[in-house]
Amino acid sequence: MSSAKTPKPDELIAIRYEPPEMPWMDTPTVFRPGTWSYSGTAKSLTALNLPNPRAWQPSDADWKLPENWKEIILDGMRERLEKYRSFKLFMDICVRCGACADKCHFYIGSGDPKNMPVLRAELLRSVYRRYFTEAGKRFGRLAGARELTVDVLKEWFYYFYQCTECRRCSAFCPFGIDQAEITMMGRELLNLVGCNINWVTEPAANCFRTGNHLGIQPGGIKDMLDFMADDIADRTGVRVDVPINKKGAEILFVTPSGDYFADPGTYTCMGYLMLFHEIGLNYTFSTYASEGGNFGLFTSSEMVKRLNAKIYAEAKRLGVKWILGGECGHMWRVIHQYMDTMNGPADFLEEPVSPITGTRFENARSTKMVHIAEFTADLIRNGKLKLDPSRNDAYRVTFHDSCNPARAMGLF
Amino acid sequence: MMNLIASLITVLIMILLALGIAFSATLSSLLTVVIPYAALAVFLAGFLYRVLLWAKSPVPFRITTTCGQQTSLPWIRSNPLDSPSNVWGVIGRMALEILLFRSLFRNTDVAIVGQRPVYGSAKWLWFFGLLFHWSLLIVVLRQIAPWINGLSAADGFFEIGIPTFYLSDAALLTGLSFLFLRRVVVPQLKYISLFADYVALLLILGIVSTGLLMRHFSPADLLQVKNLALGWATFSPVVPARIGLVLSVHLCFVFTLLAWFPFSKLMHMGGVFLSPTRNLANDNRMKRHLNPWNAPVKVHTYEEYEDEFRDKMKLAGLPVEKE
Repeated sequence: MSSAKTPKPDELIAIRYEPPEMPWMDTPTVFRPGTWSYSGTAKSLTALNLPNPRAWQPSDADWKLPENWKEIILDGMRERLEKYRSFKLFMDICVRCGACADKCHFYIGSGDPKNMPVLRAELLRSVYRRYFTEAGKRFGRLAGARELTVDVLKEWFYYFYQCTECRRCSAFCPFGIDQAEITMMGRELLNLVGCNINWVTEPAANCFRTGNHLGIQPGGIKDMLDFMADDIADRTGVRVDVPINKKGAEILFVTPSGDYFADPGTYTCMGYLMLFHEIGLNYTFSTYASEGGNFGLFTSSEMVKRLNAKIYAEAKRLGVKWILGGECGHMWRVIHQYMDTMNGPADFLEEPVSPITGTRFENARSTKMVHIAEFTADLIRNGKLKLDPSRNDAYRVTFHDSCNPARAMGLF
Repeated sequence: MMNLIASLITVLIMILLALGIAFSATLSSLLTVVIPYAALAVFLAGFLYRVLLWAKSPVPFRITTTCGQQTSLPWIRSNPLDSPSNVWGVIGRMALEILLFRSLFRNTDVAIVGQRPVYGSAKWLWFFGLLFHWSLLIVVLRQIAPWINGLSAADGFFEIGIPTFYLSDAALLTGLSFLFLRRVVVPQLKYISLFADYVALLLILGIVSTGLLMRHFSPADLLQVKNLALGWATFSPVVPARIGLVLSVHLCFVFTLLAWFPFSKLMHMGGVFLSPTRNLANDNRMKRHLNPWNAPVKVHTYEEYEDEFRDKMKLAGLPVEKE
């Protein structure tokens, strides 16, 4: 993040939703400190064979784009319009009813009208109209079309990295137009000319090489998990096993690397260790597939596939029966909606059956990966865990789909 | 603001042109004999072309938006309409979406109240949107399929004056006015509205008002319309000596709308059926979805990984494939 002083709460909540007088096409994009991320480093781009690795920052006047950047973008757009019905359709059918506008947390939190999903999409749509529709070619601005310029590209960069691909707008759109799809296309296009952010490219590069975003090497993973086991032993007097890269285990367990690395993920991870010990599960962690999350989702579909491929490959190498996934909504968007299509079929695995209860997870019969919440719910249902619900009586709880397991897969 | 003014001017010019046509016998016959078929042909061919063009692009991933619990373990209640797991659920979801605007019904709004964002229900867009679309459908059906007897009878239940004043006309006007006014009054809506957004509404508004004008104030025009329509339907269009002014405007707007339809956002009528976030079942882990362009990518294999970290793995006591 660029250097900016941390705003006070009352400054943050002083949000104005009134758009400016000036039409949005004439409003220049200002890279305010604190609202953008540093560029992807040449090192991480090179590690991933991504185009145009170089030293630059979004605050520079010259972004050192390739000579023929415009051609690359327009060709990329044409290719994606032919490859994705979603993209083509969503470019065409928006009626600008505005139902999505105040559903986006970036808009709610900033009041910047270009963060209304409809307008964020118009940033791309206006260029689509100019180069891919007759009306746009002929009537230009009257048809809502505009030229692709360096300023437009910078505007894309600014706003397409202000989207978490949460799909909340899609739930409210009468046509199901999904801003995440448009953001993904926008970022794929930006990536073609080397305009990416390091917050995405470095974790992706790490994950490619070491198997996880944080770049933790095999020994590090073992140390961290052993450390957690020590903590558990100190607190409970019970010594739990930490199986890693164990061939012949029944289940491969994959969770985001944040769970090994930092609080509060580590508490969740210790919970996994204790749960699996308690029920006597024959499972294994993997250092090679030590990441459930997927920063490819913020780069390109090709990158999603490259990073995700490790999970099935490792399941095959270790000879497990099926895969159990830790808790992470972002990770599950990929597991649920992309993994099988991209890297399947997982015909070398078996249809998941809980070794403890015998329950067959029919809803995961093709992908062969079960969510820890489904797995645990089944244990509870079958009375395999001794729980005392009254210990939670003091809490008033609500459901917050913060990581989007609800919108990513339909897990509530 | 510019877009609003430009759209008003455009529609005004169209009215003047239409009035001009009414004064020329040649142009009038063109408007009543050639243009109707041409506009209809453009509409049908254009509509089909656009839908086929969308259909030509594949759906590489099954990206259903899930707005309810997916089908999971048998004892967990799933939501078959907001997270359908089979074709029946999808049909139900699409029917709710298309017939009742299910997603718009969810609409909320946000306001900062006392330094906190507060979310409230906002059903107006849903209500007037639904009112507009349904009454438009009824009005169009009444025009092109007058043989649906019950329709006119039920619709004209309140016979206010003679000729019948149709409920659907009133509903249509109300819905249209709401949709137009919110684009003019709500600052965010005005900010995002394009020229074409206003033109679409103004054209329909023009068609409805000229239609009402004819029915209630100009019975001569109305009779002419009926003769014209009969002529079109039997492929023996009658060439009227002279067409009424209001009728001329009405027809010009109708044919413009028809011919423009396939190239405008009004194609959401066809597109809504093809939206991959809505028309696919959320059965991703049950059935593999195939991507026709799924190509191999460069991956980092386990062998490459172990080659780099073998010593460290051995040091940590982790098993390796090659010693």
